[in-house]
Amino acid sequence: MLRFISGRLLKAVVILICITVLNFFLIHAAPGDPAAVMAGEAGDADPAFLQQLRERFGLDQPLYVQLWIYVSSVVQLDLGYSYRQQLPVLQLIGERLPATLLLSLSAFVISLGLGVTAGALASARQGKWADTIISLVALIFYATPLFWLALMGVLLFSVQLGWLPGFGYETVGANYTGLGRSLDILLHLILPAMTLGLFFMAVYARMTRAAMLEVGKLDFVKTAKAKGLRSGLIQRRHVLRNALLPVVTLAGLQAGQLVGGAVLIETVFAWPGIGRLMFDALSQRDYNLLLGVFVVSAAMVLFFNLITDVLYRLVDPRIRVAS
Amino acid sequence: MRRLLTASLALLSTTTAAFAEAVPGGKLNLIVQPEPPSIMIGTTTNGPALLVGGNIYEGLLRYDETLKPMPSLAKSWTVSDDGLIYTFQLQEGVKWHDGKPMTSADVLFSANDYLLKMQPRHRNLMSHVESVTAPDDKTVVFKLKEPFEAFMRGLSFYTMPIIPKHIYEGTDYATNPANDKPIGTGPFKFDEWKRGSYIHLVKNPDYYVNGKPYLDELYYQVIPDGASRSVAFETGKVDILPGGSVENFDIPRLKDLPNTCTTEKGWEYFAPLSWLWLNNRKAPMDNVKFRQAVMYALDREFAKDVLWNGYGKVATGALSSKLPFYKDVDPHYPHDPAKAKALLKEMGYDGKALKLLPLPYGETWQRWAEAVKQNLEEVGIPIEIESADVAGWNQRTSNWDYDIAFTYLYQNGDPAIGVDRNYKTSQIAKGNPFNNVEGYSNPELDKLFDEAAVAYPATKRQELYDKAQKTLQQDVPVAWLLELGFPTVYNCKVQDIVTTASGLPESMRDAWIKK
Repeated sequence: MLRFISGRLLKAVVILICITVLNFFLIHAAPGDPAAVMAGEAGDADPAFLQQLRERFGLDQPLYVQLWIYVSSVVQLDLGYSYRQQLPVLQLIGERLPATLLLSLSAFVISLGLGVTAGALASARQGKWADTIISLVALIFYATPLFWLALMGVLLFSVQLGWLPGFGYETVGANYTGLGRSLDILLHLILPAMTLGLFFMAVYARMTRAAMLEVGKLDFVKTAKAKGLRSGLIQRRHVLRNALLPVVTLAGLQAGQLVGGAVLIETVFAWPGIGRLMFDALSQRDYNLLLGVFVVSAAMVLFFNLITDVLYRLVDPRIRVAS
Repeated sequence: MRRLLTASLALLSTTTAAFAEAVPGGKLNLIVQPEPPSIMIGTTTNGPALLVGGNIYEGLLRYDETLKPMPSLAKSWTVSDDGLIYTFQLQEGVKWHDGKPMTSADVLFSANDYLLKMQPRHRNLMSHVESVTAPDDKTVVFKLKEPFEAFMRGLSFYTMPIIPKHIYEGTDYATNPANDKPIGTGPFKFDEWKRGSYIHLVKNPDYYVNGKPYLDELYYQVIPDGASRSVAFETGKVDILPGGSVENFDIPRLKDLPNTCTTEKGWEYFAPLSWLWLNNRKAPMDNVKFRQAVMYALDREFAKDVLWNGYGKVATGALSSKLPFYKDVDPHYPHDPAKAKALLKEMGYDGKALKLLPLPYGETWQRWAEAVKQNLEEVGIPIEIESADVAGWNQRTSNWDYDIAFTYLYQNGDPAIGVDRNYKTSQIAKGNPFNNVEGYSNPELDKLFDEAAVAYPATKRQELYDKAQKTLQQDVPVAWLLELGFPTVYNCKVQDIVTTASGLPESMRDAWIKK
């Protein structure tokens, strides 16, 4: 197992460097550069000013020199300096990463927990009204665009009912501390996390239900029934456990998106996370910052893939970890 | 009798309320959109940076809505009869936010050193200045090379913010740590910037104007989605939506909410004017008849009434009507498709399809591009809309890679500062964003503009600018659209929200909340 993990980590580093180089060229292929964007926003500039900016950003160097400087600093765990925001990239990402992780992890837990439970419930009540309702709701969430759900959520719960805050990370200017602050953040978290989690919740529910129904028809379940085990126990121990593998695969995918997958939700709910940071960096051609977010999210994806592979083995010991 | 008495008493109390004294205290929530890269406005001069930074840094002067100078860091001034020497007396008792006194040395440092290196607008202004000197701590003298009457309108926080010498001298201006925690002389001090969430300013208790500012705190909230910004105002989380922070079509709905006021004032200094850049280097845009035909084809009243909800004004020419020296001259270009068609026929336009580059600033602009496409196709000019994001738009316009492109520009208080740069031959340079991107060149007009800039006094300038406006009006180097109206939407409890020609960035020092 250890050998497996260390081998994978080594591969991950190589992949990460390849991704960095690839991203570097992709970003520089986009039209316009940060100097042009900054000059453009000021509505006023002369060529001397642009030249000055480009020199300051190192954009007057040949591309391969810029690449060499960037990759060699990334290898030393330095993600460079964001000239636009005038702060180190690591600091900017560090400030915003917790908010994104909080949002995505909550959405992850909500969708996995509720999704698997609902799916299991539906399969146990196959054909009955509970099954019909769960399947229908799952289908609706599966088919509805995220941003629409988000807007409707805000209209209903914030504007109409006034129960939940419609945007932001916490109440600005309230200066809560300790428990009060946690509660405040929790309230702000509900709408975005629910909206972000609904799609995957629907997927988990549908998948769990289908897989459980399939496993339920297999011989070992019949054997278990014939042995006279209680049906609840059969569902949990025999059926659910065997049906979980596809769910784990998918959860691995969702976990991989933890960092970069919430751009839309973070924008609608003014959530100060890394997805928005990435989006802003993209439209402002803030090369170092954008590359930095890409490196961090790629590292996360690789990390969660590794975790998923290890989990496979725990869920189903018959699967051998190939080294 | 008694009822009458109470009624008149009630009336009396309401009238006194209307002229109530400003009361101190309270906090306001505003929107800043998009989040500025920095609020150090000596180097970062885009709108959002100014909105916040204008409370921290100040210029020598402020301007009223007719662009007449008012005191700011300078309390009084004199101009010599030949228009060459400008002498400013600085305010007493001005302190930087770190407690150090502000003196003429700071003004010299800003004008001669810092801004000259960091700010192109200031560089242009200073090209007319021979020397800046300080005979004593509280006096600054600008000596001009030639009369340049526009100079008086270039001393705002926007072009010449006064920067602390003791913080910046001898450092790398671009990476000075103070850029992150700005220190100015303004009515509000920087407190905290939670990136992605808000910027917090607090009252400067040592501000040199007695009793001001009235407000204790300002929160500039960052909300990236337009619909969410409307919701923030609707739910009372935000008190002021600065102009341009919600989509235009949301404004009528917001305006109808109880306790909601709007104003179009506070944009006189910037006087944003929108137009279509017609690439004069390429056929058929190189033909004046084609350009006139475009003007006749455009239904600008429709754009104003429908797309901009009646805000703004149809532009009559190169100068905004808010600018000094503006004149409404012939010929006029009303919406007249028949005339446009006749002109196109006369010049023998071959029906070549043209590419239209919209501005990537939200829905209103996209719809406007569609309306323009429709207008032009009605008279027989086929149009393809080619969208780009901000960076792509900049790249393409500054490299002249377009046929027709939307833009809007600030006029910056004087035609010699904000207008002639768009039409003078000397401003044509590939890679230069804005300014003369259309590639229009007319030596006669160049001469008029050059003379008008340095003519003295103002009456002489007026004559020259009248001629220049007439020439432009006939040549139509670009197709002028609207003087844009960016209404500020705010809770009516907030008073004195716009007190200068630059609006919100400067007037928070006067704003107060009615109890």
